[in-house]
Amino acid sequence: MADIQYSWPDRDSSKVIGGRQIRLDGMAKSTGAAKYTYDINLKNMLVARALGSPHAHCTIKSIDSSLAEKVPGVVHVHVLDHAKPGSEIRWQGELLVIVAAESEAAAMEGISKLRVEYEPLDVFVDEFNLEAAKKAGRTAKDGGKVQLEKEPGDDEDESTFADKELERLLKQSAHRVEGFYGIDAITHCCLEPHGATVYWDNDQLIAYLSTQNVSGTDEGFANDLKIPADKVDVRCQYVGGGFGSKFAPDYWGTAAARIAKATGRPVKLMLSRDQELKLGGNRPSAYLKVRLGADKDGVVTVWDSDHWSSPGADGPGVPQGVIPYVFTPKNYRRTVTKVTTNNGPARAWRAPNHPQGCAITQTAYDDMAAKMGISSYDLFLKNLGTDDSPGVAGAKPSVYAAELEIAARLIDWKAKWHPHGKGARRGDIVDGLGISLHTWGGGGHGSTCIVKIHPDGGVESFCGTQDIGTGTRTVCAMVLAETFGLNVDAIRVNYGSSRLPVSGPSGGSTTVGGVSESHRRAGQEALAKINEMVSAKLGVPAADLIAVDGRIQARGDAKKGVSWKEACGMLGMKPLEVTATFRPSPTKSPLSDTKVGGVQMAHVEVDTRTGLIRMKKFVAVQDMGLIVNRRLAESQIYGAVIMGIAYSLFEQRISDPASGAFLNADMSKYNLCRLGDIGEIVVEMYEPESERSRGVIGLGEPPVIGPGAAISNAVCNALGFRVPLLPMTPQRVLEAIKNNAGRA
Amino acid sequence: MTDSRQSSGARASGFHRRDFLRGSGAVAAATAVQTQLAAQQEKASKVISGATKITLTVNGKEQAVSVEPRTTLLDVLRYQLDLTGAKPVSMDSSSGASTVLVDDQPMSASSLLAVACVGKKIRTAESLGGEKPDPVPSAFVAHDAQQCGFCTPGFVVAVRAFLDKHPRATEEEIRKGLNGNICRCGTYANIIQAAIAVVKGGK
Repeated sequence: MADIQYSWPDRDSSKVIGGRQIRLDGMAKSTGAAKYTYDINLKNMLVARALGSPHAHCTIKSIDSSLAEKVPGVVHVHVLDHAKPGSEIRWQGELLVIVAAESEAAAMEGISKLRVEYEPLDVFVDEFNLEAAKKAGRTAKDGGKVQLEKEPGDDEDESTFADKELERLLKQSAHRVEGFYGIDAITHCCLEPHGATVYWDNDQLIAYLSTQNVSGTDEGFANDLKIPADKVDVRCQYVGGGFGSKFAPDYWGTAAARIAKATGRPVKLMLSRDQELKLGGNRPSAYLKVRLGADKDGVVTVWDSDHWSSPGADGPGVPQGVIPYVFTPKNYRRTVTKVTTNNGPARAWRAPNHPQGCAITQTAYDDMAAKMGISSYDLFLKNLGTDDSPGVAGAKPSVYAAELEIAARLIDWKAKWHPHGKGARRGDIVDGLGISLHTWGGGGHGSTCIVKIHPDGGVESFCGTQDIGTGTRTVCAMVLAETFGLNVDAIRVNYGSSRLPVSGPSGGSTTVGGVSESHRRAGQEALAKINEMVSAKLGVPAADLIAVDGRIQARGDAKKGVSWKEACGMLGMKPLEVTATFRPSPTKSPLSDTKVGGVQMAHVEVDTRTGLIRMKKFVAVQDMGLIVNRRLAESQIYGAVIMGIAYSLFEQRISDPASGAFLNADMSKYNLCRLGDIGEIVVEMYEPESERSRGVIGLGEPPVIGPGAAISNAVCNALGFRVPLLPMTPQRVLEAIKNNAGRA
Repeated sequence: MTDSRQSSGARASGFHRRDFLRGSGAVAAATAVQTQLAAQQEKASKVISGATKITLTVNGKEQAVSVEPRTTLLDVLRYQLDLTGAKPVSMDSSSGASTVLVDDQPMSASSLLAVACVGKKIRTAESLGGEKPDPVPSAFVAHDAQQCGFCTPGFVVAVRAFLDKHPRATEEEIRKGLNGNICRCGTYANIIQAAIAVVKGGK
């Protein structure tokens, strides 16, 4: 058999790929039939709840659980290793003791009867206040980079040279801007909190885990519990929100397994809502001071910034690499300070670092347009450079330019734009337009898939992937349906267990690329084997056979063929099984690619009396290579934009500087967008042949990057001055109006 | 809706109570509980504690369940009847994820005591499924008004209740009237389309 050339059908001959197939598990999700980790009820199951530290920084002096153990219904009390007397606790909410009981209510009562003595320690959570952080000894240099066109002379000191050269360049610039921009920390706030429902079957651990990483978490349980990984089966058919924080079993997951072992009963342990917000991951804050200079056309040629960022108690802050974002000025210096606080540690949040980088730098570019009195559209366009000499990283300048044009048409930029602060007023209301650009990798992750074709024509796939809401199940079925010329509902997709062939974690927008690769490869290989059998029977060369409309037939002669079922019947008694693996490599695969670019534009109204910002319209133009499912891709973009509106206008973690308490750690105070807040959202896929032919690229993250900058720029265009911090709450809008008195 | 919520400031509480009551969300659970407790107090001064057998009418079926005074309707649905469509996202009804219909009114099962639901007709998201699903979940599927899906059953019930009350709702009314539920994935744009489609279908 000749080597198989992996490929996608072209646009015109695609029957399934690129279509609007509805989500296969939509009805199960809509009517409560879909079972999430939190919903798994096992016979004789204990429900566990945990006590979280009320202090943001303290030492545990003693724990007395004797009263808790006497509470009716309480079965087991488990003190976590990191909470043993003498231990230091570094953020509020950190779990200390787990109580397992016959019901959630009994567990909660047990927790209320725990007696813990704490010794409070010094607290620092005021990450916005750099001077205070320095005084508290909570800052550390966190990298930086200098790049200058001119090189220092042999006898010149590099850092003094950089100082002088940057001053010279700034002085020489036709236009200069000095600015301050920032974005507060937010949390993941998954609606299904982190947690696990577990039981032991002799020496085997079965763990239903709310996870983005089915194939990779069995090791995590095994290592912690010191058992062989082949004794662990991690299962997850549905996960209620995973935005980068659910990659590991976490210590509470393994604690559930220990309690299950100790009691001989299944255990369910999910974080409470406040614990989810305090421990379940957050996105680092970032605050930036910058001076930038542009030439007479508005092309930024020099950038000099310092920023600070806090991931909380642990984890990386926003690095220098995303500063300035997408744009790559010829001369720059960027330095970073990391601030460590007594907040829970950061976890990867949808497109890690990109939303912050975008929000704190493309705002400065917009301020340059404001300063020059020109349209941000023109300034952004000029700074793109050309494909031969790009002024941007990520996607090609020509892609951004094309997307800018489309976005401008969809938002009616020409008719609606006015110079910053010079729009018509309607009473207290002013309106404005803003832009942002983004980029992301999104190359497929490693993925192995087994395709099994039964002699009766049934098709199954087996792959240790997960569906975090993207629609992975639907995508896998579509790829195989396209490959075999079948309907999507003829394919049975098996996923969501670590017993299945290994597939990567759903992070970095890598899943759709990864599973499309493994399923298409396995599918094409299986089809080649079926075609060989059909070829022998029909006397048509295998290379001339195609799978279409439920048949295997000669290309151009539908009469010469057999039904799919007949073809599979030729397998005899045994099903055909084909395994295929995709491993990302530097050599481009014909099926997938990496790197996308997108353009977003926002149109907002600002009420200068109340400080309220209202979304009028938001346009998102997105490149993603080949689109597998247009409907699901659109959903991803709508969702990302809405998440972006949330962090632009509403969402922030608020900590009490004195106690370090996370003050708004519940759903009523942790403000997210609601349905009435989103305005009109227009999504446009940029899929010309030049991009489609690159193959599949992940999409989950890129569209969440740009809303911060686009909305901030629109607000600045409306008011004529910047509201420097996101989220732009009414309070902050009013403060900005006060600080710019006479300008609004 | 937007205005009243924003004007309270990001540092204040989530949304305006008056709008919330007017909206779709799990309405006035606290009031219902108070009324029920008041009625019980009038009948007898007996202090109830420990587990009691009661009968609840859920999705048209009489269900004998064992509850303590503190047991919420959500706990009974999820742990005793294995009806897990209503989700425990918040315990104060601010997310709408546990929305069920109690005598046709949308309420948060998380903030209703089970004992307060005796004699009432309780309907959960599961009752809108089955072989002939209700037009609301069907529209959610057709318009992909779900991603991770964890908020979805609560939203489906909220939309059903809202459209029962406002069968000819305009888009503007839909945008104003469904602010009691939270979706983290951001499915609102598609939920609006789904609700519009149900109105157009006259169901």
